[in-house]
Amino acid sequence: MKKKMLSLVLAGAMTAAMLTGCGSDAGTETSDAGTETSDAGAETSEAATEDTTEESADTAEAAQSSGGTFKIGGIGPLTGGAAVYGIAAMNGSQIAVDEINAAGGINGMTVELNFQDDELDAEKSINAYNALKDWGAQVLDGCVTSACSIAVSAKTAEDQMFQLTPSGSAVECVANDNAFRICFSDPNQGAASAQYIGENGLASKVAVIYDSSDVYSSGIYEKFAAEAANQSFEIVSAGAFTADNKTDFSVQLQQAKDAGAELVFLPIYYTEASLILTQAADMGFDVTFFGCDGLDGILNVENFDTSLAEGVMLLTPFAADATDDLTVKFVTTYNEKYGETPNQFAADGYDVIYTIKAAAEKAGITADMSTEEICAALSQAMTEISVDGLTGEGITWDASGEPTKAPKAVVIKDGVYTAM
Amino acid sequence: MSFIAHLINGISLGSVYALIALGYTMVYGIAKMLNFAHGDVIMIGGYVVFVTVSGMGLNPLLSIIISMAACTVLGVTIERVAYRPLRGASPLAVLITAIGVSYFLQNVALLVFGSDTKAFTNVVTLPNLELFDGQLVIKSVTIVTVIVSIIIMVGLSLFVKKTKIGRAMTAVSEDQGAAQLMGINVNGTIAVTFAIGSSLAAVAGVLLCSAYPSLTPYTGSMPGIKAFVAAVFGGIGSIPGAFIGGILLGVIENLSKAYISSQLADAIVFSILIIVLLVKPTGLLGKKIQEKV
Repeated sequence: MKKKMLSLVLAGAMTAAMLTGCGSDAGTETSDAGTETSDAGAETSEAATEDTTEESADTAEAAQSSGGTFKIGGIGPLTGGAAVYGIAAMNGSQIAVDEINAAGGINGMTVELNFQDDELDAEKSINAYNALKDWGAQVLDGCVTSACSIAVSAKTAEDQMFQLTPSGSAVECVANDNAFRICFSDPNQGAASAQYIGENGLASKVAVIYDSSDVYSSGIYEKFAAEAANQSFEIVSAGAFTADNKTDFSVQLQQAKDAGAELVFLPIYYTEASLILTQAADMGFDVTFFGCDGLDGILNVENFDTSLAEGVMLLTPFAADATDDLTVKFVTTYNEKYGETPNQFAADGYDVIYTIKAAAEKAGITADMSTEEICAALSQAMTEISVDGLTGEGITWDASGEPTKAPKAVVIKDGVYTAM
Repeated sequence: MSFIAHLINGISLGSVYALIALGYTMVYGIAKMLNFAHGDVIMIGGYVVFVTVSGMGLNPLLSIIISMAACTVLGVTIERVAYRPLRGASPLAVLITAIGVSYFLQNVALLVFGSDTKAFTNVVTLPNLELFDGQLVIKSVTIVTVIVSIIIMVGLSLFVKKTKIGRAMTAVSEDQGAAQLMGINVNGTIAVTFAIGSSLAAVAGVLLCSAYPSLTPYTGSMPGIKAFVAAVFGGIGSIPGAFIGGILLGVIENLSKAYISSQLADAIVFSILIIVLLVKPTGLLGKKIQEKV
């Protein structure tokens, strides 16, 4: 027993020593070391991240003369079923980082972004977070999806690292004081969708198909159903499915059809939605589909017949065809750099970096501050700033981490998202 | 009307289960082992067709033949490398190896093809059958799957009963040692069984992915497990039993989704497995073989 106690104490001491070692590394080590570790990061992650890390390695060298570096870690799915989101958020963030660095950085500090893959898996996102901590990340841009964001937020709260998720929309994502978000929360999306359908008179009979095993999907559905009671339409059928049974939607679609639904609300991700659209077309069920941000990306599914998505509406804070200067500039840069039109996740990712910049300037962050100090200062500054971003003008935050901004909707027309 | 629609959708799902269950039951009936990697061979078959049709633009029929050949080679290799060395070992060891092979195949596919969902191009390009002014739509892929399942069921039954290799299979399934003494090449016979089972898996993979056009490295695992339930339900080892079990299971799954709860459907499917094992362990058409002491 005595021996066991002793070994526990020793193990504890060793862990503590390791942690403090890492912490001081992050604060004081020169950018040379930063370059090395970010190279190691590139080896473990996918080819998609290589660009980012190479660029950040370049900028790290340039930073030696000025006010040091500010390291932003990013986490999102770069491969797998939700890769469209992760890659878009990463690219959007990278554009913002490049712009900021070209304009002199944040408080004289050069910004470095290291974006890691979590494959839409909560466990892998923790691994990615640990890798970023080893790299010396000072704030976190992520996670892109809700479940991963919740898993990682437990860790960031423990470590007191500032976390700003671009698109983690579940309520719990920002439960901790150090976590904020750019996008709407699920309840807000559900309620906003119900209001949008009701106020614009899109339908009087609405069916819902949702994933009851997913916190994002069921969260939106609950608020949608609650808000629908106050609106002019009724929910005529609600078909649920689970993660283990998500290829055959014939029953749910048949129920919606039998109930005479004019609109099907899909608070789900695009992979399942693409199957639902295909199966609805097969059974000759011609109806309007309405979704939330999870549907964004449906046009990028490999080998998917995009004509099936024609007329699909989705609630999204960003429309690529908007004509304001900021959007036009962003869309042009994104197109030049990555050869496609950015979706809202790219816009969310872009806004994350500019929000961090605004908060960091407000709080007067410097390179020699510890992660905990940065976290406390940024969390305070977040409630005082107002950001004009791609996803909304004059976005403000309260201490709960929720943003305040107006919702918008887009419709897919001729294979592109068009503002409504 | 909606009941009929649910029934048809159930048969559509069930016909896929039946096709997979035929492969399961074939291998179990002869080699007396549960090949849990069967679902993943199906997935590989689906990927081969995806790559050859969508990537290289080959004719779908040709690509199915390529896929069958690839799966046959894969099945025989798995049998040779993973199962044959364990011929004398306990059934539990073989079962665990099969689970290992299943994970191995999934992870190889994950490495090679990535975890992105691929939208599969339906290879059945016939028009759908529309009844009652389009109120009832029967997908052409459903009709094709049912017909293919019936052809395979009849073909396999005849093959096992009438041909020399088929009778050798029956002999091996009854008593491996005695079959060997009678001059039957046991290893060769089991290899042929795996070859046939795996080429059926390729066909099942194509039709599964055509009916539900999404392909991931995990595509085969859930249908594989459900087809196993179907095979047990129908009486594992019995070829017509696998077909009937598969169709019934699909219908039960869809009807319970429609009339009980769409979330409990899986639980109901698996409780069928438990009930069958409790009430009639040999399944609907299974034979009770008396162990002679």
